[in-house]
Amino acid sequence: MMIRTEPVVINMGPQHPSTHGVFRMRVTLDGEVIIDMEPVFGYLHRGIEKLAESRTYTQFIPMTDRLDYLASMSNNLGYVLAVEKLAGISVPPRAEYLRVIMAEMMRISSHLMAVGFFINDCGALATPLLYMYREREKLLDLFEMVCGQRLTYNYMRFGGVSHDVPPEFLPALKRFVAEMPGFIDEYDQLLAENEILLVRAQGVGILPRELALNASVSGPVARASGIEWDIRRADPYLVYDKFDFDIPTGTVGDCYDRYRVRILEMRQSLRILVQAIEQLPEGPVRSEVPHLVRPPEGEAYGHIEAPKGELGFYLVSDGSIAPYRCHIRAPSFINMTTLRDMVLGWKLADAIIIFGSIDIVLGEVDR
Amino acid sequence: MTAPLASSEIAQRIGKELLQAEPRAEGDAVVVEPGSILEVARFLRETPDLDFDYLVSITAVDRWDYLEVVYRLVSRGHNHSLVVKARCGDRDNAGLPSVVGLWRGADFQEREVFDLMGIRFEGHPNLRRILTWDGFEGHPLRKDFLG
Repeated sequence: MMIRTEPVVINMGPQHPSTHGVFRMRVTLDGEVIIDMEPVFGYLHRGIEKLAESRTYTQFIPMTDRLDYLASMSNNLGYVLAVEKLAGISVPPRAEYLRVIMAEMMRISSHLMAVGFFINDCGALATPLLYMYREREKLLDLFEMVCGQRLTYNYMRFGGVSHDVPPEFLPALKRFVAEMPGFIDEYDQLLAENEILLVRAQGVGILPRELALNASVSGPVARASGIEWDIRRADPYLVYDKFDFDIPTGTVGDCYDRYRVRILEMRQSLRILVQAIEQLPEGPVRSEVPHLVRPPEGEAYGHIEAPKGELGFYLVSDGSIAPYRCHIRAPSFINMTTLRDMVLGWKLADAIIIFGSIDIVLGEVDR
Repeated sequence: MTAPLASSEIAQRIGKELLQAEPRAEGDAVVVEPGSILEVARFLRETPDLDFDYLVSITAVDRWDYLEVVYRLVSRGHNHSLVVKARCGDRDNAGLPSVVGLWRGADFQEREVFDLMGIRFEGHPNLRRILTWDGFEGHPLRKDFLG
């Protein structure tokens, strides 16, 4: 006897623990297998690009904190670099190093969250995540020391950073950098050869290299698919050309590779931190910049390797005190282009970890 | 360093291949006719010494007289970059061919430009609003949009 079956449409979200924010996956299921999926987002759309047009250049710095709120320093950095390019502002060496230090601390913090929530999505509820939180907490303490904030830092300024780090910061950072490799070893012991993680993540949600190239995917997701592309190396900004570091890549492009690349990148960030602390010069941390920055008519594109990929700010100036147009090239948004390709044919439970392995932040997707 | 290619040189090369594109160099960018953007994109993507395999971003700027679509391209192999612009004069019927067929990365970005700037991308497989909701009126990033 034939059993009549029909596909079922399920809305995962907008309120769902696995979506890390307000995001909806409209999945069509045949039994448990996904035959179609459409990401629906925009729930957090605040019109940040439009808001930029009615604010001065300086007033927009704190708004960038609200993009990828797990990596606010990186957003600050991308934006100030674009404005500095537009207005021709120079930055003293000490500030460049401090920016690198902040950006790399931010990368570790963001990757900790990415890995932690990924494991969380795999079903290891909360416990491994809290290990990641433990280390992130130390980073947040360091950020608090620097600028008084733990989430939205507003630390970068045109021509440098808002103020120098306090005397207790560098010893505390050195301690962190010395301890952290041990903690990463601990994650490795806990996770790298964990049978459950391997079964859930290996070979699941493969993003082929060709598709990743074609779909503008960037950051750890692209590198996990074997694309050796890192803006810190390809188009060095600040003082990244003075550091030795490797660009970890994956071979398969599955969820496990994306997890693995992030773990390896944390180790590379620590390497950069060690060198940056060692080379950190004395001197001013901010050049003389007028309160109201008035860049000449023109346009500039500043981009950085943010924890999630290429974060770019495209600014158009009409010579006034506010940007005429500010476009944000958000890595989370564009990395999601291939989500549908990655989940098709997998089961619903896999879709959650595939989605988690891309590591998106809705503040940045929706802007 | 990702080297920006000389726009005048590229404009000349495009002009030789595709006369109807009417390419001209403006600053770092090459400005082409909106109707020919797909041919220009294909030329830039498929010429071996240009090889623009990475579409970094598509965005648009409202200049009042025209809506300007900005394509930022990078070649990961050669590590060079180029900005291509196309200008749509007619605000009410702004449109140009979609490049999704060449770069999948254009998918969400063209939808975003359509949503926020009101430019139609002909041939896009699923040109619907992406950040605002279906049924939203107007295009918020246009300069004449009043919330």
